[in-house]
Amino acid sequence: MSARELLASASRWRWALPALVAGGLVFALVSENYPVINSYTQFVLVTVGINIILSTSLNLVNGYMGEFSVGHAGFMSLGAYASAVLTTKWLPDIPWAFFPSVLFGGMVAASIGFLLAVLSFKTRGDYLAIITLAFLMIVKSAFENIPYVGGPRGLLGIDKYTTLVWALFWVVVTLWVIRNLIYSKFGRAVVAIREDEIAANAMGVRTREAKILAFVVSSFFGGVAGALFAHQIQFINPSSFDIIKSTEILVMVYLGGIGSLAGSILGAVIFTFLAQALQPLGTWRMVIMPLILVFLMLFRPRGIMGFRELIWFLPERELSRPREL
Amino acid sequence: MTYFAQQAINAIQLGSIYALIALGYSMVYGVLTMINFAHGDIFMVGAFFCLLLASVVSLPFPVTLVIVMLATGMLGALIERFAYRPLRKAPRVSAIITALGCGLVIANTTLSLSPYAQPMPALFASTSYHFGGLTISSLQILIISVAVVLMTGLDFLIRKTSYGIAMRAISFDAATVPLMGVPVNRIISMTFFIGAGLGGAAGMLYGLAYPVIAASMGILVGWKAFVAAVIGGIGSIRGAVLGGFLLGAVEVMAVAFLPSTYRDLISYSLLLVILIFKPYGLLGRPPNQKV
Amino acid sequence: MSALLEIQEVTMRFGGLCAIANCSLDVEAGRTHGIIGPNGAGKTTLFNLITGIYRPSSGDIRFKRESISGLRPNRVAALGIARTFQNIRLFKNLTVLENVRVAFDSQLHYSPFAAFFALPRQARDERRSIEESLRLLRPFGLAEQADSLAGELSYGSQRRLEIARALALKPGLLLLDEPAAGMNTAETATLTEFLRWVREEFRLTLVLIEHHMHLVMNLCDRITVLDFGQTIAEGTPKEIRDNPRVIEAYLGETE
Repeated sequence: MSARELLASASRWRWALPALVAGGLVFALVSENYPVINSYTQFVLVTVGINIILSTSLNLVNGYMGEFSVGHAGFMSLGAYASAVLTTKWLPDIPWAFFPSVLFGGMVAASIGFLLAVLSFKTRGDYLAIITLAFLMIVKSAFENIPYVGGPRGLLGIDKYTTLVWALFWVVVTLWVIRNLIYSKFGRAVVAIREDEIAANAMGVRTREAKILAFVVSSFFGGVAGALFAHQIQFINPSSFDIIKSTEILVMVYLGGIGSLAGSILGAVIFTFLAQALQPLGTWRMVIMPLILVFLMLFRPRGIMGFRELIWFLPERELSRPREL
Repeated sequence: MTYFAQQAINAIQLGSIYALIALGYSMVYGVLTMINFAHGDIFMVGAFFCLLLASVVSLPFPVTLVIVMLATGMLGALIERFAYRPLRKAPRVSAIITALGCGLVIANTTLSLSPYAQPMPALFASTSYHFGGLTISSLQILIISVAVVLMTGLDFLIRKTSYGIAMRAISFDAATVPLMGVPVNRIISMTFFIGAGLGGAAGMLYGLAYPVIAASMGILVGWKAFVAAVIGGIGSIRGAVLGGFLLGAVEVMAVAFLPSTYRDLISYSLLLVILIFKPYGLLGRPPNQKV
Repeated sequence: MSALLEIQEVTMRFGGLCAIANCSLDVEAGRTHGIIGPNGAGKTTLFNLITGIYRPSSGDIRFKRESISGLRPNRVAALGIARTFQNIRLFKNLTVLENVRVAFDSQLHYSPFAAFFALPRQARDERRSIEESLRLLRPFGLAEQADSLAGELSYGSQRRLEIARALALKPGLLLLDEPAAGMNTAETATLTEFLRWVREEFRLTLVLIEHHMHLVMNLCDRITVLDFGQTIAEGTPKEIRDNPRVIEAYLGETE
């Protein structure tokens, strides 16, 4: 089958993706009210959802833009704390406060993401890694010193608002928004920056705006993931969001594939199941995770689906573009 | 007044340890332009090597120090050989991630083997000297002297030996140096060996100065030294020493006047602030890029 | 009647090194202007100054009588100056079409908000981007390879793609940095005709840095010669060919 025929047949199956989402939604709604799956399975599925949001949002900065941010757990932390404070201290016992709290968590994270973006203008590569690392440590340290959010012991008693439905909802929103971003002029700008920032600039790309956009969107969804996380495990402390957490997200991105939405999903799914499978190993699990990262860098640095995409994610106009003019 | 002076002694002790570790970061960055995130954990391993050695045999301090330095030096060189060298031509991001991964592997292996903090046995009886209201122990004097001796030795090595000249040449222009017959791989291995050895020495000294060691030391202390190296200007040897002492002073002073939980916050914020105004550190220089 | 591009006593210092020293140059609209000189004379630095990658240490650069010194490169591009690079700076992991579309994007004006929610305005602009970029690729013979990765093209195709990409900016002034580098005589001759066509078709003013004397002499209306960052000669091809200072700069002193 030639490439053109493959494209055409894949186009006809485009309805599969929305159908999958709809099916997932039905399943999620049903399982909320009927014991279709046990609570452990539900927990793992929600975790998969949160991890997909984390890996997709980090992929935007690390994969598509080719930067190196080590601080994604910091955005998760900001979102987790912000949303948890809202639901436990400001509007306690009000279930409909959950959705606004997730938005709030995302926005708090995004505002700091904006700051980091501005800091990144003059620096690249190694120095950005350093800055994001410092950011991660500062966030952790800051929360350890704020008694209002429980200091080193953290926040307890967070309501379990994150259902499978909400997790699915946010996964779809994240993928949809980031997909739209990628297949727009802003996405092209981001990728051009990765390829050659100087040439991109010379070709009229507003690199500063693009970096801000990428960081803000990435950190927003990192915060969203944090908010969902907080309302799933019901307890957070600064150590939940340290370099180990950031490394786990890095593994998801670089394992699944940089610069790919399908890769982000794949990485998150594989990682989640791997982490569950390795649980009995205790702390040795955290030896294997970074080891995987090292082997990936040595043998397959782009990951499983590096720079390649599942056809269904492409907008219609990209697939059906005129071939002759 | 004496309080300040007393804290100053602590600052010098901490600063010299940070400087020793920071040197390892800067040396490696100088020759390979890569951040060796694993270095902080090598520092930690140095402390544990010392613990291991001391719990098995009782050797005089200098001998223990040399053995620890050799062992950590070899570990550093090994990591370079098997994890970094294959990635010399790869995009920088790959090398950074690998370094991060190696560091975490080392840290968590140590954590798995030693889940709890361990006390470090004193290698010799330390006596305290008092004068002018100040107290300084022979241990502190030893630590500071060893650090100074090592740093002076490194300075001599870099400025006066052919190895040092080659190392500096590579940090200026990695492309032409091999064309001049310099065995670049060997120089780089040596650099990692020496840098890691210094880090290991620092680990041992730190363990003696603050005699409870844990696997988390790599991230908690080792990465502080990384902050010091960056503040001073990563890649710059003098910057590493400057940054080390500067950070040591800042931390000791911060803890003296503020709750100790603020320490990390202040250190990392200092880093960010300095990078905003001097993006390449106090003594660092921007990389040249031909357009 | 002032020139399209005016370089007025520009000096560029990098620390202790003076790459350009008091250089002045005028480029008339619609002309083809050549810049030649030995390696290291500062030619590419001049391009980098014009396109905003560097800011002049002193002096001024004016485009259409407005100062553009120190403007950011994307601003300069938006004003109508496009360029190619000596070492080909294509977006290697992007397709041929995507390379051109990146440059074309400055003609699209929808907001991030419109992008996030895939509003109709954005979809229309995107379709326009695809069509016009493809249309641009045709005369360059690259339309069939629109989906190939730029990094996989042949050398000649890559050079052509870089020019096509620059033209997507709809510039008035096109700067070409050694467009014939690595080409043999036959290829250079084809390129000469091709550039002549490009200039006519897209109504451009061309400035090119070149070492291939055939190309320079045949294509250019005026030539400026740089050496050690200074202008040592300027004139028509014939004047330059016979200029002793130029000969000396390239070949060394005559006996």
